[in-house]
Amino acid sequence: MSDQLAIKFENLSYHYGDRQALKQVGFEVYRGQLFSLLGPNGSGKTTLFRLLSTLITPQEGSLRVFGNDVSSAADLVRHDLGVVFQTPGLDGKLTAFENLAVQAVMYGLSKNETQVRIAEVSEQLGVADRLQNKVDELSGGLRRRVELAKSLLHCPRLLIMDEPTTGLDPSARSDLWNYIRRLQQSTGMTVFLTTHLLEEADQADRIAILNEGELVALNKPEILRSELGGDVITIESQMPEALLELLSSEADLDARLIDGQIRITGQSDAFLVSDLHRKYKSHIQQISVGKPSLEDVFITRTGHRFWGAS
Amino acid sequence: MSDSSEISPVRQVSWVRVAESLAWRELARFFRQRNRVIGAIGTPLFMWLLFGFGLERSFEVATSENTKTSFLEYYFPGSLVLILMFTAIYTTISVIEDRQAGFLQGVLIAPVSRHAMVAGKVLGGSVIAMLQGTLFLGAGLFLDVSWSLSQFSTLVGVLFLASMMMTCIGFSFAWKMESTQGFHAIMNLVLMPMWLLSGAFFPVPVSGSGQISQEVLHWMMKVNPLTHVVSLVRNLLYGVRLSEEAFWEPSQSISILVIVVATALFYALAIKVCKRPIASDLK
Repeated sequence: MSDQLAIKFENLSYHYGDRQALKQVGFEVYRGQLFSLLGPNGSGKTTLFRLLSTLITPQEGSLRVFGNDVSSAADLVRHDLGVVFQTPGLDGKLTAFENLAVQAVMYGLSKNETQVRIAEVSEQLGVADRLQNKVDELSGGLRRRVELAKSLLHCPRLLIMDEPTTGLDPSARSDLWNYIRRLQQSTGMTVFLTTHLLEEADQADRIAILNEGELVALNKPEILRSELGGDVITIESQMPEALLELLSSEADLDARLIDGQIRITGQSDAFLVSDLHRKYKSHIQQISVGKPSLEDVFITRTGHRFWGAS
Repeated sequence: MSDSSEISPVRQVSWVRVAESLAWRELARFFRQRNRVIGAIGTPLFMWLLFGFGLERSFEVATSENTKTSFLEYYFPGSLVLILMFTAIYTTISVIEDRQAGFLQGVLIAPVSRHAMVAGKVLGGSVIAMLQGTLFLGAGLFLDVSWSLSQFSTLVGVLFLASMMMTCIGFSFAWKMESTQGFHAIMNLVLMPMWLLSGAFFPVPVSGSGQISQEVLHWMMKVNPLTHVVSLVRNLLYGVRLSEEAFWEPSQSISILVIVVATALFYALAIKVCKRPIASDLK
């Protein structure tokens, strides 16, 4: 089974002075998967990403990439990794081609190989006609694609990206996702990315959810959602505490008050919403029903809302 | 595109190619930002002309051949060294910019040794500084200098070595800095005093004059490696030493030795410094 693993995090802890950024995190990423690490800001995603990128080394626990330890065999790991950081790593004063050529040297590509690979990856990512442009002249979306091309030059087995769509408009974001998906499907490359966007995490094959440095969920997104069962009813009220008490005593529902909202999970009664609305009309400002989302998964596991977490 | 079922090739990374490539990047960046080129050469040129002509009537230095050297001539080697220093500073500031812009992270996680990274940065900075210095040498055509090819090539070699030394010093400071403002503070506190105490602006007084101030100045200037650069450049340019009764000057061979040893030490320091993680990487 271990040869099926691309990444293995084992009891990984990391602290900055007194602040514990990661607490005994352990999970595995299988080869060929698109894996998403979801967490609100400050959840420890970036620390985990820095460890995986070999920028920092683990303080406790271990981290292996294709069986190689990031601390003792960092150079072997580095040859396997294509890395896209959140802050763009391109030199704006150089052209896209020059940026790619400098990167190729750092990964030991020969001159011929460099020409061939730049032509290949720039074609794949739709930037072939922009190679002679200075990076400063490119749009945010194109820059991201050049960045991605740069990380793929040396044919890495594992592509890791830290919030790759940050700062992109919705169309550039969706473009980038299409490119990532296409690459992953056509090459079978393992892709690991961090995100704080729930809808992005939903597109992954498997996800891990981090909260305050701890792993709170790990599975396929659809399985995590289905574990909640039924629908999720959300109620907004001016007197949420009073309504919660009524719902628990009179209606015998498993209702929870989360950041000022009442949430009822695991319900499949199609008429419950209209019943509740009729019965507690004076208490209810707004009531809605929907299928469980990853935010519901997050709320169930942590007891607070995703966006309120940071 | 490679198939992920294959093991991705572990290629041999040549540190010479990496250093060359990073050095080329420094040159391309520098010369594509015209304001940097002008800033590095313009200020020292302006200062040389201003102080040179301004102090011409009130400042003359006696030479060992019972002649006098004008301040314009005296101050020329110091201005040349100031150009090297400014350029070295500008190019090493790019370490901070690279870190802020994210480029440096990409180098740090590549299978590249820190040695290659420092070599690239220092080589690039030194070549730029040397080119700027050589350009400024052109102004020397208006001075009483009898040029020869060997003298010119030795001078360029000295300029390169001195540039390397200053780039290594700049790199060692810049590596730990999180902002360019912090670097400017260091420049004012360390690098400018180093230059002022190099014999660029006034000669090194002899020891044993009886005055404490002169004695302190003598020793501070004597141990400053930049003093050896300024003195060597002056000797190579004019072929005449300053009056030994009033001023101290090292011999050429001592100066060369000091510059080579100091460059090697500062290079080792730069490599040592960049192996340590810095605060902003650990936040």
